[in-house]
Amino acid sequence: MIDILFYILSTITLGSAALTLLSKNPIHSALWLVVSFFSLAGHYILLNSQFLGMVHIMVYSGAIMILMLFTIMLMNLNISNEVQKPFVTKLVATVAFCLMGLIILSVVMRGTEIYELQYTTHGKDFQSVQVLGQVLLNDYVLPFEMVAVLLLLAMIGAVLISKKDKTEKTA
Amino acid sequence: MDKTIIIDKAVIIVIVFAITMLMAMYATLAERKIAAWIQDRLGPNRAGKGGILQPLADGLKLFAKEEYEPNTPNKFLFKFGPFLAMTLALMTSAVMPWGDTLHLFGRDIILQAADINVGLLYILAVLSVGVYGIMIGAWASNNKYSLMSGMRAASQMISYEIAMGLSLIGLLLMTQTMSMREIALQQSGMNWNVFYQPVGFLIFLICSFAETNRAPFDLAECEQELIGGFHTEYSSMKMGFYLFAEYANLFISSAIISVLYFGAYNYPGMSWAAENWSANAANIIGIFVLFAKICFFIFVYMWVRWTLPRFRYDQLMNLGWKSLIPLALLNLVVTAVVILLTK
Repeated sequence: MIDILFYILSTITLGSAALTLLSKNPIHSALWLVVSFFSLAGHYILLNSQFLGMVHIMVYSGAIMILMLFTIMLMNLNISNEVQKPFVTKLVATVAFCLMGLIILSVVMRGTEIYELQYTTHGKDFQSVQVLGQVLLNDYVLPFEMVAVLLLLAMIGAVLISKKDKTEKTA
Repeated sequence: MDKTIIIDKAVIIVIVFAITMLMAMYATLAERKIAAWIQDRLGPNRAGKGGILQPLADGLKLFAKEEYEPNTPNKFLFKFGPFLAMTLALMTSAVMPWGDTLHLFGRDIILQAADINVGLLYILAVLSVGVYGIMIGAWASNNKYSLMSGMRAASQMISYEIAMGLSLIGLLLMTQTMSMREIALQQSGMNWNVFYQPVGFLIFLICSFAETNRAPFDLAECEQELIGGFHTEYSSMKMGFYLFAEYANLFISSAIISVLYFGAYNYPGMSWAAENWSANAANIIGIFVLFAKICFFIFVYMWVRWTLPRFRYDQLMNLGWKSLIPLALLNLVVTAVVILLTK
């Protein structure tokens, strides 16, 4: 039963991810990405982490993708006014992507130690928000706060960049 | 899995679906009647006794209208928009506890489609993606007015979601659980959350108005500026779906408010009724009490719509970002401190 669900979900995830890349229209791409995110949330729920699944839908499909669609719809992108990048840029982008893929692959291959943590054999309901909160705020409080500060910095940076220049206003 | 559970859940889902549809149908009539009452008119009174058949007549009219399609390259997305709006409006009801456990045919029936651990998050997640139907339909209409309306709906949704989530975290600190069933059970007697979280409730209520695109925050369908808003290009039953989804949303969001803040199916004297009559009788009264609460909140929605003028766009954004979010944060901190001190 779960195997069948996994295969159906994987087909949707990979199919919609491929269509994200292949679609000519940027809005269609974005919509396929939304479908892909939804099926990823399905994977999380299959792995018994309901919290992660719900938060994934809320953050990615509910906030980030809506903002992204918002921008694409307002910019009115067309294939005709797409700028052709020079060859060097394309080459560098490909190399950067391959390196990134290598890093992710190695993380996945070497990431087996995570299963040997004590939490899986703790006897507690490890998918519950309570346990997750205790783990994050007791054992991993420093990385957690670091991520929070990083997000705050990114937010302040975005506000600073988008803020209009004051001298421009008076002129 | 047990077969009887599947049958139970299927029956509950079908009943909830039917009731949502019925409530949405008669909410359209109630809206016109209440508008008429507030404006000192009579309202629709020709179809049936006192206008009771008006929703059916409206539905029939929408079915009979010409199916118009604008010249758009996105025919599929144009049809997909209303469908998505309707689906997402109906999805929230899955985690609603409609009543306490009933003992029927020798087994316990939980009056809830799915009791998941993260019910509260599920509701927030479905609400946050609820704007896709409007956005996709608005963009696929290939009309600048529709597009502007879709943009407004999206930015409004994103802005008010934050304050809504923050006000719910305050509630979460009180209840210590995200399961809707347990939140409902905790409020037995008169232990309604609204007495402990009045500010949170107020913020949640205001955000609900924005999330359902209702007046005074219905900028997405501001007629003076945007013709019909996102459904300008829609006709026939496709437009009917958008209108219907709005009323389904209204019903569901009233249900959320009743369950989270107004004690769900609990009423004073419920334990007395359970002792003196029977547990089932007390629970069935509870279901009707919940529906009475829901009807009251639907009335509040309509009352506000016909009383307050529409906000201007910058006023809407200022209220959301500069008033509600700081207030919700303050509420959160005060709640946390009080809980820590009284522990």
